[in-house]
Amino acid sequence: MTVSTATALTGSDLKRRLRRAEWRGRLRAIALVVPLLLFLIFFFIVPIARMMWLSVDNSELPSTLPRFAEEIQQWDPTETPLPDESVLALFAEELRAAAEARDLAGVARRLNTEVPGFRTTIMGTARRLPDSPEGSWSETLIGINEDWAEAETWLLLRRASTTVTPYYLLASMDLRMGAEGGVEAAPRDQAIYRDIFARTFTIAVGVTLLCLLLGYPLAYKLANLPARISNLLLILVLLPFWTSLLVRTTSWIVLLQREGPINQALQGAGMIQDPLQLIYNRFGVYVAMTHILLPFMVLPLYSVMRGINPALPRAATGLGAHPFTAFRRVYLPLTTPGIGAGCLLVFILSIGYYITPALVGGANDQMVSWFIAFFTNQTVNWGMASALGSLLLVAVLIIYWLYIRLVGVERMRLG
Amino acid sequence: MALPQTYTREQRIWHWTHWGIVVAVLLFLVLPILVIVPLSFSAGSFLSFPLPGLSLQWYQELFSSDPWQLSFRNSIVVAVATTLLATFLGTLAAMGLNRADFPAKSAVMALLISPMVVPIVIVGVGIYFFYAPLGLTGSLLGLTLAHTVLAVPFVVITVSATLAGFDYNLVRAAASLGAPPVLTFRKVVLPTIAPGVVSGAIFAFVTSFDEVVVALFLTGPGERTLPRQMFVGIRENISPVIAAAATLLILLSILLMATTELLRRRSARLQGRE
Repeated sequence: MTVSTATALTGSDLKRRLRRAEWRGRLRAIALVVPLLLFLIFFFIVPIARMMWLSVDNSELPSTLPRFAEEIQQWDPTETPLPDESVLALFAEELRAAAEARDLAGVARRLNTEVPGFRTTIMGTARRLPDSPEGSWSETLIGINEDWAEAETWLLLRRASTTVTPYYLLASMDLRMGAEGGVEAAPRDQAIYRDIFARTFTIAVGVTLLCLLLGYPLAYKLANLPARISNLLLILVLLPFWTSLLVRTTSWIVLLQREGPINQALQGAGMIQDPLQLIYNRFGVYVAMTHILLPFMVLPLYSVMRGINPALPRAATGLGAHPFTAFRRVYLPLTTPGIGAGCLLVFILSIGYYITPALVGGANDQMVSWFIAFFTNQTVNWGMASALGSLLLVAVLIIYWLYIRLVGVERMRLG
Repeated sequence: MALPQTYTREQRIWHWTHWGIVVAVLLFLVLPILVIVPLSFSAGSFLSFPLPGLSLQWYQELFSSDPWQLSFRNSIVVAVATTLLATFLGTLAAMGLNRADFPAKSAVMALLISPMVVPIVIVGVGIYFFYAPLGLTGSLLGLTLAHTVLAVPFVVITVSATLAGFDYNLVRAAASLGAPPVLTFRKVVLPTIAPGVVSGAIFAFVTSFDEVVVALFLTGPGERTLPRQMFVGIRENISPVIAAAATLLILLSILLMATTELLRRRSARLQGRE
């Protein structure tokens, strides 16, 4: 049947038809992916892009006090100690209008993030502003609040008057804009973020190494057992993988607490006098996170080791190599893809941890994620939350990119 | 397991040390999970050993307390809705992506899986900022949509894995025998990928049912979910009720894990890999 059709068509005709059929198939495949792609763009990509935009967004003051925001850019603090009287008049006029429209909350929040307590200053001033100045506007404003006599105050307003600002991103790297422009180190009492990033990185590396240390011998043994036994033991690895994160965290709180079984056992054995502080510190964070992430190390190692021909290390020993040498020179190099996949996966997952350190760590063990949540929920400083989030995201995307390049996205397997 | 007679002393020592390490690591993995179970039957009100006596009072409290009941209902509603949506979107996408000549295949796959690697706080904060002006915070619908984002990669991965071993000649054979595409899908494709779809659905369910970070950002007291309720409980006043809830969750995870394990083996057998 195919032969007869083929003879009725010329070669180029057939090629065209084949191409068309291929295109139809490809379009059908794309049409299947599009719904999910659109869903993710709308509910995942756009929200995250907007978060990244919020890390430089500074539109509160320019949108509420637009003319003042434009005029104050002209002011040069080295020439006149305060902005011109005309700029102050604009400020008073627009501030009063915004206060009457109850539109000042955003501006007050924005200014308060930089100078704590400034919310009261600007709200109080707006409330007490008269319709026309008593004397000059500068005297009127200073009469209401002495802060308005300071060039620092007006510099703050000038910084808040541009539509985008590097302020949050700089602050999350312990930097700030100098008074004369240029970037300088933040004052020591505000410089905490480099420490937080370093701590996050240290914990992630530590947990990755601990997982490798515990996971490698386990995966090695599992891969070399008969399938019947290894499948059974693999279930023990999978059980924590399936158990709720909160359940596992609760278990560790119970185990590690002062009156917990571990302290009781150590005391009962006479090894310690007073209970050890095992939780609400870095030790608790390492233990609980290693426990939670260990399956993510064991599974990729196991699947790579399963694929290694057991005859290879045997051949090495057969040729006279010491078993340890055979392991180091033959087996270990063959498992590097598994080591790479497991380490990258554990590192990428641990760097964003929030719940576990929040529950089993102390004040000095909180990672970047905790501060992102803190700025979002507690202080409503969305700029800082977004800036820290953007930096963390960039770090994660770099590792993810490495993972895709080195391991391959198809290798992401579960169970 | 008898050791080969040829083993040297050194090898014997290493053999047993290795087993020792393996057993210790397995205990480290499993024991901490099981330690919570007996505490849920405690007659006392502290989470510590030895138990002062046995009692079911904490289960009674769990089942009669309104906040726990509400949070359980909310979690089920959100998890079921998430499962349906994520399984539908994820299965379609995995089928499309499985074509060898899909344009920019790896890049699209990397994008579809990325919700799994992006720190969950970032997803939470991004969606919170995004929802706030839309009025979607404090609604179960909003939480479901966010959970679907987190759950979809699991469906894409599991369905892709079953499709990877799928022989497309079966589809061609069905077509050449005159079966229309829908019938081919129903009778040939679906039975083969069904284990992957069901595993993906279970993963999606668990992802939503366990998720606490996004729930903390998006829900108020009326929409609190089970993990959120547990989180607050652990923080504020940790009591054996938490242990009772945890025990039930462990039972559920064992059940779901057993199901996916069986499905995975069935699928491997079907594809002749085992």
